[in-house]
Amino acid sequence: MSRTITIKALKYNPNSKVSKPHMVEYKLEETDGMTLFIALTKIREELDADLSFDFVCRAGICGSCGMMVNGKPQLACRTLTKNFEDGILELFPMPAFKLIKDLSVDTGNWMNDMSKRVESWIHTTEKVDISKLEAPIEPIVAEETFELDRCIECGICVAACGTKLMRPNFIGAVGLNRVARFQMDPHDNRTDEDFFELVGDDDGIFGCMSLLACEDNCPKHLPLQNKIAYMRRKLVAVR
Amino acid sequence: MSDLIEGFLGKSVEGKKSRLPAKLDFVQSATGLFLGLFMWGHMFFVSTILISKDAMYAVAKFFEGSAFLNEPRPILVSGVVFFVFIVFIVHAAMGMRKLPTSFRQWQVYRTHMKMMKHEDTTLWFIQAVTGFAMFFLGSAHLFLMLTQPGTIDPYGSGDRMLLLWPFYILLLLSVEFHGGIGLYRLCVKWGWFEGSDAKVTRKNLKKVKWAITVFFLALGFLTMAAYFKIGLDHRDNAGERYHPSAMVITHMNVGVKS
Ligand code: HEM
Ligand code: SF4
Ligand code: FES
Repeated sequence: MSRTITIKALKYNPNSKVSKPHMVEYKLEETDGMTLFIALTKIREELDADLSFDFVCRAGICGSCGMMVNGKPQLACRTLTKNFEDGILELFPMPAFKLIKDLSVDTGNWMNDMSKRVESWIHTTEKVDISKLEAPIEPIVAEETFELDRCIECGICVAACGTKLMRPNFIGAVGLNRVARFQMDPHDNRTDEDFFELVGDDDGIFGCMSLLACEDNCPKHLPLQNKIAYMRRKLVAVR
Repeated sequence: MSDLIEGFLGKSVEGKKSRLPAKLDFVQSATGLFLGLFMWGHMFFVSTILISKDAMYAVAKFFEGSAFLNEPRPILVSGVVFFVFIVFIVHAAMGMRKLPTSFRQWQVYRTHMKMMKHEDTTLWFIQAVTGFAMFFLGSAHLFLMLTQPGTIDPYGSGDRMLLLWPFYILLLLSVEFHGGIGLYRLCVKWGWFEGSDAKVTRKNLKKVKWAITVFFLALGFLTMAAYFKIGLDHRDNAGERYHPSAMVITHMNVGVKS
């Protein structure tokens, strides 16, 4: 049984002098197993070639398709239209990131800056000899570290965060999760004092107001609440 | 000189970040925890009026040192209030850092809250608003208790409730919402009681939080009603101090003899 669904989207090009932000309404037939990605592609093909939005993988892996769906940040490629009973989906671009056009925002450069800010790479004094086997790690430690590596940098935790919206320099859950990832990794020789230098301030761990919308909206269900509390305990103890 | 350089650059001469933000966060939580738990104790003490006037009177006199001194001394209560006031002021100073301070911050948070309909995001806003209200309500109440500790007894408090009940309703609502949400937030903020499944724990914490809020609001309103009724019955003698029934009987005996 197919129905007609309504998709409303904010259209706005901040780089154009004549563009005025406005909502546009599209009506289309819902198909079986339709995702928001499929719906938007259909709109672009049949109704409005000018509508901008981002996709790459269509499978919840690349993290490019985050947008506000009825007020909540979600991956459009993992959003099934049939879950919306009244068949109305109101779309906004994710806040907190630089708006490119319509539903497309620049998460990439933001994530890049975040990675640099938390020095998101292994810091070690050991010389790596790639001809030799890596030193083994406890499987449980490896598992916990890789669990945090599942982050796809979609930016949903950032867009969901009221603290971040009020205070644009706040590092966000993705950054704090990244710090926890390296803090736990035995390959990384950095101490808690080193991490304090990166996020030990009100733009970092101590700025978090524990609103936990990151935790509740992360499409990868990363243990953000858990890891932020963990880093807070570690860094508050630094002398 | 190094203070000047640190203030100017935002990092110490050794190139280190200040440890102060960590301490401030800790102090915010520690003072919040103290105040939250203190308010639980406070509610149990004032609600002894639901048992009897004498019970409340005994509690009031206990805090004036009745257990160790011959003469109760209200100044002791002032001392306790003074300490709580200091903690309260420190906590308010810490809390201030988090409140929205510009129109844009206010606007963006309100919009976000309306869009997201996310419970903990909304609860934070309630915490901020009630915290702001307590700058005034809490200070006024604490100032009264600091300067007139001797008026705390069934009649004195009843008179006060009759006069100030709208004020106390606002204060009760502010304290219970702010403190309840605050204690819940403390748990998730520091990972207390986290257990093996933080998500399940958080759901349970939320339930406990609401149960506690409902319990203390109910107890608070009943207690206020009790003081209000005493104030009403005692209206014609407002200002008079309470004498516990046991003492009144002794006086009467004395009267009969002489
Ligand atoms: C002028 C009065 C007050 C103001 C302005 C105020 C403000 C605040 C603010 C803004 C927060 C949130 C902190 C954050 O998001 O990180 C907070 C937390 C808290 N408040 Fe208050 N508050 C006041 C009085 C009280 C009182 C009387 C109590 C006791 C019932 C209390 C208990 C708490 C608790 C337990 C927390 C959680 C601590 C934390 O998040 O670290 N506050 N307060
Ligand atoms: S932590 Fe979750 S919500 Fe945040 S960027 Fe990573 S995958 Fe997205
Ligand atoms: S398109 Fe890659 S996550 Fe949605």
